[in-house]
Amino acid sequence: MLAPSQPHYRQRFAIEPRIDVSGLSVVYPNGHTALIDVSFSLGPGTICGLAGPNGSGKSTLFKALMGFVRPAKGEVRIGNLPVREALKRGAVAYVPQAEEVDWNFPVLVEDVVMMGRYGYMNLLRIPKAEDRRQVDIALERVGMGHLRHRQIGELSGGQRKRVFLARALAQGAGIILLDEPFTGVDVKTENAIVNLMKELRSTGHLMLVSTHNLGSVPDFCDQVVLLNRTVLAAGPTAETFTQKNLERTFGGVLRHFRLAGEELHEDDDRRALTVLTDDERPLVFYGEGENGEKKPSDHHEPGKQP
Amino acid sequence: MSELLVPFEYTYMLRAMWVSALVGGLCAFLSAYLMLKGWSLMGDALSHAVVPGVAIAYLLQLPYASGAFFSGIIAAFGMWGIRQVTRLKEDAVIGVVFTAFFALGLFIVSIRPVSIDVQSIVLGNILGITDEDAMQVVVVAIVAFAILLVTWKDLMLVFFDEHHAKAVGLNTTFLKVLYFSLLSASAVAALQTVGAALVIATVITPGATAYLLTDRFSRLLILSVAIGASTGFIGAYISYFVDGATGGVIVTLQALVFGAAFLFAPKHGILASRRRARMAEEATRT
Repeated sequence: MLAPSQPHYRQRFAIEPRIDVSGLSVVYPNGHTALIDVSFSLGPGTICGLAGPNGSGKSTLFKALMGFVRPAKGEVRIGNLPVREALKRGAVAYVPQAEEVDWNFPVLVEDVVMMGRYGYMNLLRIPKAEDRRQVDIALERVGMGHLRHRQIGELSGGQRKRVFLARALAQGAGIILLDEPFTGVDVKTENAIVNLMKELRSTGHLMLVSTHNLGSVPDFCDQVVLLNRTVLAAGPTAETFTQKNLERTFGGVLRHFRLAGEELHEDDDRRALTVLTDDERPLVFYGEGENGEKKPSDHHEPGKQP
Repeated sequence: MSELLVPFEYTYMLRAMWVSALVGGLCAFLSAYLMLKGWSLMGDALSHAVVPGVAIAYLLQLPYASGAFFSGIIAAFGMWGIRQVTRLKEDAVIGVVFTAFFALGLFIVSIRPVSIDVQSIVLGNILGITDEDAMQVVVVAIVAFAILLVTWKDLMLVFFDEHHAKAVGLNTTFLKVLYFSLLSASAVAALQTVGAALVIATVITPGATAYLLTDRFSRLLILSVAIGASTGFIGAYISYFVDGATGGVIVTLQALVFGAAFLFAPKHGILASRRRARMAEEATRT
């Protein structure tokens, strides 16, 4: 499930979908230091979860990846190019949070997807046959072709997300940044979005997903970056997304339950149950050991197990 | 019958009708953006903020458009700046700045009475517009239209999703400054036709009306411009017969069109939603 064996992306994308952040610090004009010495690297065919408490700099990191904020120190390279160059080639797409979008805006589904093609059009933004074809392909890929003439406000939460994913596909972006894609979305829709993301991973896309939904991170993320002003841990989910690292990242912010010994068993079983939750799906650790060094064994809420 | 054609025999009436249509169309174009963003009050603010510029330009015998434009821009940046450094809410900032500008304008006019009177600023005076002023308005409007025809899609993207606009390489800051410059310019033009008190209507009502009629931005623009231009033309025409203030007639017409759309719009009108509710009710009963 890691990088695809052959470099697909060479034909599919203008530049290699990879992100290299090294020693990045961001200071806002009001003196607030949002990020300190952030470093990590991600390559093609990856879904990376970005977790951290509120105010940990997740949105600032996204802004830095899109060139909206200037690094005070360090640098961001995308596909081995400076951010500005990468953006010119349409390499980075952004899927906004639901509340950032005005759903009453008079645009149809296909209009939104066509916005992904602006970078390819001339000054007057008149779509060519190729632009229309890419919009069709993108809409089919996310299964929204039959709703293309709907106004965006008439869609369900999951359909709305898929429209914006289609826009990212039409843009031909190898890197897709998703900001809290599961907020206000039911479990069934979440699964549909996750499946779509897994499909995109298999075609070499690199997705960075900020989420409070800790419980679903092990479901679909093969990499995680744990952020709190700086990177506290980054790497493959199995090794990185541990109770210890999460506690370091979130400090006292997480809701934290630990059941062991008599609360849980009537025998001498040394295993303990630890539930960590940010706000949505809780993360459950079950096993021996004080610090829950085991990887998360089950990440579904009780009662939601399949 | 021939009496209805009388206005077309006078040059000043023809000029008033065409200039009103042109300005009405331009303001309507911009209104499509303004009302979607919830910045309607900004239009009102700019229209009043240009007044001291007009007064000073007349005092110094400069083209009034230049003075108005500069004071509009200063007001816009003033509002933006105050918003950045204080914790005041947007409407309070806008309210303070534009009334201050408007008051300054009235003050200047009252201590140095010039060839313009307060009434023609507040209510407009398209029927008495001079050749020179008409020429200025026409030039401003044509240039603004030309710019909008090239950039309307980019502006739509900036207004809809600024992050994405940046991601596909648009210069969003430039486009926003461009939009507000055009808004200032059209507020100046509308000052001549409907006056400062009613500029706000011309930069909101046509867009708001069109919004009730369509779910597509391109159609919204066309409808909005059609409403703005036709009410401008017809309003100026009617004002010949009723001998009333042209601005009042134009904006009354716009309000009537809005009322009609509000009632009869095929999807978003009151009657349509009543009908839908009734059908849903019947469907549940059977």
